[in-house]
Amino acid sequence: MQGFDPEPFLLSFRLAALTTLILFVVCVPIAWWLSGSTSRLKPVIEALSSMPIVLPPTVLGFYLLMIFSGRSPLGRFFEEYFDLGLVFSFEGILAASCVYSFPFMLQPLQSGMKQIPQSHLEASYILGKSKIRTLLRVVLPAMTSSVLTGLIITFAHTVGEFGVVLMVGGSIGGETRVASIAIFELVELLDYRMAHIYSLILIAFSFSVLMVVYTVNHRSRNERRA
Amino acid sequence: MMLVVNVRKQLFGAEGDFSLTTDLEIPKGGITAVAGPSGSGKTTFLRILAGLTSPEEGFLQVDGRVWFQGREGRRPRINLKPQQRRAGFVFQGYALFPHMSVMQNLLYAANDRDMAEKLMEMTGLGNLRDVKPAQLSGGQKQRVALARSLMQQPELLLLDEPLSALDETMKSVLQDELLKIHRELGITILIVTHDSSEIFKLCDRVLLFEKGRVVADKTPRELFVERATTQKFAFKGEILELKSFDAIHTAVVAIGNNLVEVVIDSHERGSLRIGDKVVIGTKAFNPTIRRFEHHDFDFSRL
Repeated sequence: MQGFDPEPFLLSFRLAALTTLILFVVCVPIAWWLSGSTSRLKPVIEALSSMPIVLPPTVLGFYLLMIFSGRSPLGRFFEEYFDLGLVFSFEGILAASCVYSFPFMLQPLQSGMKQIPQSHLEASYILGKSKIRTLLRVVLPAMTSSVLTGLIITFAHTVGEFGVVLMVGGSIGGETRVASIAIFELVELLDYRMAHIYSLILIAFSFSVLMVVYTVNHRSRNERRA
Repeated sequence: MMLVVNVRKQLFGAEGDFSLTTDLEIPKGGITAVAGPSGSGKTTFLRILAGLTSPEEGFLQVDGRVWFQGREGRRPRINLKPQQRRAGFVFQGYALFPHMSVMQNLLYAANDRDMAEKLMEMTGLGNLRDVKPAQLSGGQKQRVALARSLMQQPELLLLDEPLSALDETMKSVLQDELLKIHRELGITILIVTHDSSEIFKLCDRVLLFEKGRVVADKTPRELFVERATTQKFAFKGEILELKSFDAIHTAVVAIGNNLVEVVIDSHERGSLRIGDKVVIGTKAFNPTIRRFEHHDFDFSRL
């Protein structure tokens, strides 16, 4: 394939892998807290965390741009203490992706935890095990299909994002030009042949990912029935 | 004295709110039945002992160690977490961890292979060690739950209707196993049960709960056999119809799903009404009938 540049794909996958990793580590404790909480803050947090699903990516991208810019306190903080510009940088689109894909990790984890019977947690506590140990040994291993769904959907959703990355990251080769943005640019340059190649790769990718998710869910549901 | 339970907890029942109030002492080493109608606070009582539910006030001491104590004056509140109490608990639905094999379920409780082998031997689980809970029968699951709860060598074993989902044969086998475990380990057991034959076979004491209060605290013999009457058998029923032919009077009584027609005398005919709750018994093979009194033990309430 003449002229094919794999860099946008590698960048997309790197972005997606890191986003997935960060969100998994962040969302497991939050989902765990939410599943056992009766706090009045709970619906507030649930609503806030679901905002990225309903908001246009441009709205999210616009405000993230404002927050990350050197003129905002947060942007200045990162620039002064970490020498890190969050606008038009890989770190910036990573942070934006973590916000944007947050609900796609949190919700499968939360619904998986909801399916663990309360008595299993209580049995573990009575057997002398702490809440953290219960989470790691009893809860997470019993909801592998939810964990897998969260990981895969978050990864795929991050690969598929466009608006937020464009707003916060622009299109800098090797830094923020991920696959979806590269396609946008190819179309603008009227290079339809290459745009087709990139797009078909993403279609094949998305289809395989969703196939895996549905196969896994189907299998675990059958297992539960048996 | 093993167990001192003197607690109060507000409960919200289907027929209004009531408070679970107990003032009990349970000696070491026995098997005590916790009986009573559903919604009378039996399970909550067990959960309070295990630390899964906190009472509002009171005092709970096991073998000289305070597990719970409400704030009172300058006395501080103590409430040991379930992890800090030495209680085993077998849940109604067994609560086995589905992703762990039988052996792993036991080892999760305590990483003690010898103990696990010994308990699997005792409960006949030896050849099921690598099987996952989904592949086990109800009776086998119950054995695993029991063995797992014993892994930490608890001082107190709490069983919440452990055998109610099993058929009669399996029940009987597990009752024998429970007795064997009790004999070998000398552990103090509290068991929630509705089954009067189970109470009779296993327990040395019955706490009968009603609306959060212990209304009877007796031995099974006192509760079931040595009652005020000398009747050989007695059933509770309800009068559906009263008939009179000349001097002969009869009553049609519903006992469970059965209808019985009983001859009554004219004095009884005068005092009984349709819809009355009655006890039908027999003395020397003559059925007798009399009005259901409050001190009669009501089997249906178990």
